[in-house]
Amino acid sequence: MTDTASNPPVAHTAEDRARESELSAIGRFLKATELDIRMLGMVGALLVIWVGIHILSGGLFLTPRNLWNLSVQTSSVAIMATGMVLVIVMRNIDLSVGSVEGVIGMVMGVAQAEFLIRVMGLQVGNPWIWIIALAAGVVLGLMIGALQGFIIAYLEVPAFIVTLGGLLIWRGMAWLMTSGRTVAPLDATFQLMGGGPRGSIGATASWIVGVLACAAVAFMLLNGRSQRKRFKFPLRPVWAESLLGVVACAAILGAVWIANSYPWPIGIVRQYAQRNGITVPEGGLFIAHGIAIPVLIAVAVGIVMTFITRRTRFGRYVFAIGGNPEAAELAGINTRWVTMKVFMIMGILAAISAAIASARLNASTNALGTLDELLVIAAAVIGGTSLAGGSGTVLGAMLGALLMQSLQSGMVLLGIDSPLQSVVVGAVLVIAVWLDTVYRKRV
Amino acid sequence: MVDTTARTGTPLIDMRNISIAFGGIRAVDDASIDLFPGEVVALLGHNGAGKSTLIKILSGAYKRDSGQIFVNGEEASISNPRDAKKYGIETIYQTLALADNVDAAANLFLGRELMTGWGTLDDGAMEAEARKVMGRLNPRFQRFKEPVVKLSGGQRQSVAIARAILFNARILIMDEPTAALGPQETAQVGELVMQLKADGIGIFLISHDIHDVFELADRVCVMKNGQVVGTARTSDVTQDEVLGMIILGKCPPGAIPGPGALKIAA
Repeated sequence: MTDTASNPPVAHTAEDRARESELSAIGRFLKATELDIRMLGMVGALLVIWVGIHILSGGLFLTPRNLWNLSVQTSSVAIMATGMVLVIVMRNIDLSVGSVEGVIGMVMGVAQAEFLIRVMGLQVGNPWIWIIALAAGVVLGLMIGALQGFIIAYLEVPAFIVTLGGLLIWRGMAWLMTSGRTVAPLDATFQLMGGGPRGSIGATASWIVGVLACAAVAFMLLNGRSQRKRFKFPLRPVWAESLLGVVACAAILGAVWIANSYPWPIGIVRQYAQRNGITVPEGGLFIAHGIAIPVLIAVAVGIVMTFITRRTRFGRYVFAIGGNPEAAELAGINTRWVTMKVFMIMGILAAISAAIASARLNASTNALGTLDELLVIAAAVIGGTSLAGGSGTVLGAMLGALLMQSLQSGMVLLGIDSPLQSVVVGAVLVIAVWLDTVYRKRV
Repeated sequence: MVDTTARTGTPLIDMRNISIAFGGIRAVDDASIDLFPGEVVALLGHNGAGKSTLIKILSGAYKRDSGQIFVNGEEASISNPRDAKKYGIETIYQTLALADNVDAAANLFLGRELMTGWGTLDDGAMEAEARKVMGRLNPRFQRFKEPVVKLSGGQRQSVAIARAILFNARILIMDEPTAALGPQETAQVGELVMQLKADGIGIFLISHDIHDVFELADRVCVMKNGQVVGTARTSDVTQDEVLGMIILGKCPPGAIPGPGALKIAA
């Protein structure tokens, strides 16, 4: 990195252009597109893993069916990873998320399968059941987060200890709720949050979502450009803007196409046909899954969390506190309240993950989310969140979650024993963080 | 430096009989100090003399055990940095107090971000403002997109100063503002101090460098062991006399002695 301050004063656009000529072709490309090299590295690593497992498994990995399943399996951890980014950026840690997920899943399960029906007298299938159960879970998540956050921020007990206590306490609570009994089945509407043929939005709706997403990408690129024009900041070259737009839209529409290429299983198609009086033609009826509802939820959470970190005052404060807590305090930021709010958000996200995970199982068990805290932390860290605080991105953490899940599903496909899976996942985590350390030193 | 400041009317800041103790140590003991508009008052003393502690009480970083603070003649209650800012008191800390991982504009507006009509951060407007104020202080500064950890000491110092003046501070506290700077940058800070003085801003300058102090300050206030040795106009005392105040606590005839002055056996 050249020191611009040592150059004579020139207009920034001219200087940028002058510097551009000193860069290599790759450097010029990165500068023009303003892409983050680490993010590209992660996408590259992901593709290498995907292709590698695909070849090793004899073509089982990169199939619509497996990729669709992968997206559903990733959702729950990816959602919590977005919150863990904020927690770690603020130099804290949350070891309790898996247990919080477990106890909330249990509360939501008991609420919908037993309490609301037997005690409150609601009819099975009443739409209020899933709404009340879900709301209760989210409120509980918020309260657990607020309690832990309060102890960390105001009573000054280290987050590691508070959430380590939480790890034991909430898991114990989940067991105590039903003395270890599994609660099933769950409300039919609630189950939609877990994916499956019914919990997907179908081909047409998926295309609509895809097209809307592409429109949003185009709008954001244009809006960013007009903002830069408004303040006369240097603009990205038009080719770079177009390239970004085309690549993003291709990725979105490609994902939709894959989701739409995965048909319902024959048995469910037959049931569906029978119920609707359709005769199944020769060669079977192709009904596409489309995007799964948990994936849509995860994407929505990712967008909201990215917005919070990048565009709100709260997000700015989280990063400033992570960078220099003393400076943030001296700047007049109420650091304790911000800390507490971060843990409250983490609690809400754990509740959403609990809903998805229990809906997917169609049951609440006291083991729900066991060891998820480690997957979530690993996802955030692999995604570039620095444990020293102050840096990390929501998108990176979600990609980190996808990477971890890809490894795990891939190893299942390859028939690797579960102890060996743990060895590989652990090693990947350490290597990823080591690579990150090397990268940070060089930049 | 000829003292042109008319010290009449109400002082901007009047700190009276301030004390604070950490454990058994009286870091500041019955200290009084005042500051008038357009005046630079330098606080001098050894490490641990209590200068920084006294000033941190004014900026709200520490809470005093006893004493009163008057801003513009009215008693002020300052118990945290937010309170101090409400009274127009801005501080540039020795440690610079910048969030290293965010860029210059984010640091300038930290705690007082500009927002769009939608309630979101208006990064464009903040960067535009930052370019304006930095253009005044340090016209060669161009690294607006990089986290401040990558900037040089002088650049970081200019970000810290810009941060203080951006919000029309009336009272500026500068804790060792030139400690990390080269000669050219030090001169730049000196010019800046003169400019701020002309705007009627009162400045408390904490420094070890007695040369700097005589260059910039209208008055000096020397502290020793938490107590004020004495206060003097820089035109009424010599550098050697001020050194005597710092080292021995001996108050020269040109200075008004404080509670910490060496009691000379008559």
